[in-house]
Amino acid sequence: MTLIGNIFIVIGAAFLFLGALGLVRMPDLYNRIQAGTKAVTLGSLAVLLGVAFQHPGWLPKLFLIALFILLTSPVGSSTIARAAYSAGLKPFTLSSKEKKQSLGKQEET
Amino acid sequence: MTTNNSSPQASKEKLERTKKLANQARTVMLKSYKNHLMPRFLRFFHFLLGQYRKIDLENKPQQRRFVIATTLFFIMWLMLVGTLSFSEIFVGLMVALFTTWLSYDRLAFLESIKLNRTTPLHILRYLQVFVVALLRANIDMARRVLSPRLPINPALVEVQTQLKSPLGKLILANSITLTPGTLTVDVVGDRLQVHWVDSTSGMDLECATHAIAESFEYHLQEFLE
Repeated sequence: MTLIGNIFIVIGAAFLFLGALGLVRMPDLYNRIQAGTKAVTLGSLAVLLGVAFQHPGWLPKLFLIALFILLTSPVGSSTIARAAYSAGLKPFTLSSKEKKQSLGKQEET
Repeated sequence: MTTNNSSPQASKEKLERTKKLANQARTVMLKSYKNHLMPRFLRFFHFLLGQYRKIDLENKPQQRRFVIATTLFFIMWLMLVGTLSFSEIFVGLMVALFTTWLSYDRLAFLESIKLNRTTPLHILRYLQVFVVALLRANIDMARRVLSPRLPINPALVEVQTQLKSPLGKLILANSITLTPGTLTVDVVGDRLQVHWVDSTSGMDLECATHAIAESFEYHLQEFLE
């Protein structure tokens, strides 16, 4: 039981790490939010599952915590993305990168 | 204070008088119980029965709101308490009713839930689809983050939804945020602005709707308006 719990906690920690890595590696805010939200949600859910395996008596409360995380984490990230969108932040695209480079060349000339 | 100065006979008389008074009081109470209280209880019972018969979850959204909110609060109470003793259940019911009564005006969004016998089943099916999508999203994201080339092709696309209620839109937007490569940015009317990491398969509205929202919508429509 404890072993299964530990395995789940390690998996959750790995996903949290991947989320942090995604925050560093992604090119712009929207992609960073994507990487952050998903990995952190599943990571914390896995950690909660691991804790539930180690302490079966806490199961209902852990379920409530998981429910609140599932409800609030996407809402928070959507709100940040919406604020950025309404502030006029253009999403990064591959073609826009090329456009920017060409624009910079035009300004130079 | 005892009355020492009076004779024993007087005290005996007093005792009889009090006994008589007590008898009278008892008969009066019994009478009032039979004539007033008992019918009142019966009437209250009938009133409750009538109220219970009047509950119409199909057509009266306000009652539906009340019932859904009370059950939600009650389940939350039971989960927080963690025991199933009678006193906890009773107090939990009272607290759930009271909380619903306090917050009734602000719970209008609960009216959009359809209540049938099959509602829990549909919710479970939706959860299953959702969990599978969440796992796939994370594996997909891990692959993208870990690969050295960073294979992304992000763009903003529009998605159309048939859900009309705010709660349905909220759950749909949340699900889209947590599924492979998509992030809800804004909701305007029945259009959702979605940021898509890998938008190679199609950029127009129908393609995006088909790829992102349709599977969730199909399950959500079963229990939401």
